[in-house]
Amino acid sequence: MAQTQATPVKERPLSPHIQVYDMLQITAVMSVMHRGTGIVLTFGLFVLAWWLLALASGPAAYETFRTAATHPIGMLALAGWSFALFYHTCAGIRHMVMDTGKLFTIPEIYKGGYVTIVAAILLTAGFWFAILR
Amino acid sequence: MTAPLIKSKQFGLKTPMARAKGLGSAHDGLHHWIMQRVTAVLLLPLVVWLCWSVVTLAHADHAAAFAWLQQPLNAILMIVSVISLFYHAALGSQVVIEDYIHGEAFKIIKLVTMKIVLFATCIACIFAILKVAL
Repeated sequence: MAQTQATPVKERPLSPHIQVYDMLQITAVMSVMHRGTGIVLTFGLFVLAWWLLALASGPAAYETFRTAATHPIGMLALAGWSFALFYHTCAGIRHMVMDTGKLFTIPEIYKGGYVTIVAAILLTAGFWFAILR
Repeated sequence: MTAPLIKSKQFGLKTPMARAKGLGSAHDGLHHWIMQRVTAVLLLPLVVWLCWSVVTLAHADHAAAFAWLQQPLNAILMIVSVISLFYHAALGSQVVIEDYIHGEAFKIIKLVTMKIVLFATCIACIFAILKVAL
């Protein structure tokens, strides 16, 4: 072949891709968490179905459910599920406020985000305090 | 005004609207968006009621929980909650599947499976509530 030399690779400028952004900023994290908690809550609906069906089936089935629900792993799953519920509810309220066009300046977005996260943690703590007291 | 007809091997004699309906962005998106928010608003007071109920029933045995769900108000609120929860979950799951599953055939299979499973579980919940309450 006539052309023996490799064509020099030119360093072309690339358009910015997602790696140039801070993926751990609160807006991105909250968006992912809203979807993630929604998926968790959907799977949790089968636990609600289990409770209702156990209640309808009789004392033996209900005791099986209670044994699973009060087992440490069951309690951990329920604690995670309750946090998902409170987070999704608080973030959902924030979403509906934002649907009206409010809370869209950067300081408001950050403030609203932190309020949502703190509220979800406090509600989860209060919920479990009320159950376990 | 009549829509222009496009004749092709793939679609036959169909209007552009008829070709687009049922595929991609020509789904009934506005209805989905509105119902997601309607069920969300409905769920706000119901979630408060549900959490309060869980706190009161956390240590209850079968007889106490059974008696609680036999109360007409509790049974009615539980049925409304279950319908709203499963409807809201189906709407949300639909968006997740549409966003992440790209093959058209596999996407439709997953969407239909998800809706059938959630619908059947919802009916099972309502059946259980009515079995206790009635």
